[in-house]
Amino acid sequence: MSTIHAPGPLARLRTDFPILDRRVNGKRLVYLDSAATAQKPQAVLDALDDYYTQHNANVHRGVYTLAEEATAAYEEARAKTARFVGAPMPREVIFTRSTTEATNLVAHAWGRSTLAAGDVVVLTHMEHHANIVPWHMLAAERGVELRWIPLTADGHLDLTDLPRLLEGAKLLAVTAVSNVLGTINDIAPLAEAAHAAGALVLVDAAQAAPHLTIDVNALGADFLAFSGHKMLGPTGIGALWARRELLEAMPPFLGGGEMISDVRLDGFTCAELPWKFEAGTPPIAEAVGLGAAIDYLNSVGMDAVRAHELSLTTYAVASLGERFGDRFRVHGPADPVERSGVLSFEFATSQGDSVHPHDIAQVLDSEGVCVRAGHHCAKPLMRVLGVTATARASFYVYNDEDDIDALGDALGAVEKMFG
Amino acid sequence: MAGLEDLYREIILDHYRSPRNRGELPVPPARKLEGFNPLCGDEIVLYLETDDAEGTVSDIRIGGQGCSISQASSSMMGAAVRGKTVAEARKLIRAFKALMSIHESRLEGDGDGEDLAAELEGVRLGDLEALQGVVKFPVRIKCATLAWNTLAQGLDEEQATS
Repeated sequence: MSTIHAPGPLARLRTDFPILDRRVNGKRLVYLDSAATAQKPQAVLDALDDYYTQHNANVHRGVYTLAEEATAAYEEARAKTARFVGAPMPREVIFTRSTTEATNLVAHAWGRSTLAAGDVVVLTHMEHHANIVPWHMLAAERGVELRWIPLTADGHLDLTDLPRLLEGAKLLAVTAVSNVLGTINDIAPLAEAAHAAGALVLVDAAQAAPHLTIDVNALGADFLAFSGHKMLGPTGIGALWARRELLEAMPPFLGGGEMISDVRLDGFTCAELPWKFEAGTPPIAEAVGLGAAIDYLNSVGMDAVRAHELSLTTYAVASLGERFGDRFRVHGPADPVERSGVLSFEFATSQGDSVHPHDIAQVLDSEGVCVRAGHHCAKPLMRVLGVTATARASFYVYNDEDDIDALGDALGAVEKMFG
Repeated sequence: MAGLEDLYREIILDHYRSPRNRGELPVPPARKLEGFNPLCGDEIVLYLETDDAEGTVSDIRIGGQGCSISQASSSMMGAAVRGKTVAEARKLIRAFKALMSIHESRLEGDGDGEDLAAELEGVRLGDLEALQGVVKFPVRIKCATLAWNTLAQGLDEEQATS
């Protein structure tokens, strides 16, 4: 297979990720599920360890040294996060638990204060449940109308009817990258059309922020949601970026400590941004860990991250296609340039029998290869594709051509079991 | 870690490749039930016909899509309960779920399957015992129990309306 492609330039990064040294079921660990969650480099693990062993204290409360250090570290992480997505100012970045909490924050605080019966929210058929269910909840509660941008046969958004779908819309909520198809959506022109129709734009960047350069202004986003754990950071930390005037106008989301400037018996006054939206003790260590993950990604360079994944995806499609022909069929855009390093695939035996994704993933696991099998929290998309589940391999900075060859060998074992 | 051969026993692969009682029944007299595994998207469509006078599961047909374990389990279940009395079918459901409940029961707080022996007493699982290997793969237990939970729901509905 090496005739197809030379080893990628980031192959050496693998050693930065200690978990990749372990063996699973007696085999080298081949981790191909980074679209679900990424592994963590030593630098992130060290940052968590350093925070807890040297600086742990609650933030924005104590006057003592530790509390000042913890607060400074937490706010420095916010500043790094803001710069990472091109946000004009750190106070526009709200730390959340996850992308899901970020979209719920928008649906709850912005949606419930802005939308009334008959108002329209436009979604797409390729959204993750995190960018569907909050809007379903709002639709059920407020009578908001949901409209859907369909897909073309090759896994792109079908924009034929876009002007009609956007007519009277108050919000377009769209993913930047599909977690199933890998499709990279061209957000900027979509946002322009949405704005022209009077709608705001929420971008689900959970699958984009880890892999592509993000600039909220270039995208034309009004809200941008993403998670730390998919971009080498810890679980339990995510972020919502939104334009300041929107955040100023929105009522708070959760109530409690930290988010107030005053509480009286007859009411309360909100804290200023961003703390207005950060009730309770925040995930401090996790934010610091996210900051370290961002430092790591910046040191690699997001252009190099993208180039590496594009090279791996190209190699995977070519080498697995050469090995299995039509029996290895990938969902989504055929051209790797149009997709991120996410390959949802169908696999059939030489008799032509399609092997269920669960069974594929089970046999792959016995070979040390981790892939996701299931509906990927995108059941509407599964219905569009006419399947109940897919197997999905997804790549990141620590993967290399050997991992893809291991996937091919493990698929050989699937064939042996079910052929 | 258990070997794959514990999971993919030959009889399981046989039921997967040649599922028994596949199809549909006219509704009514049959009852149609749908079961979903929210974790993985597997679906089962169960057609259940009971004979009230005889108190039996007079016919059963199974449709839907799923992995080898869910398909084999539903096929084996259909073969096992068809023609049995409703009481026997319920006993088989309890026995099978007990067989699978070593991990599932933790969330319910009812111990680690010590009732297994009591539930299994006097029940002949036959081919179904081949599914015992599934408990070594906790994630797959829900695949194996999907059909059985759907059948239990069907029998409950049948009882409530008769």
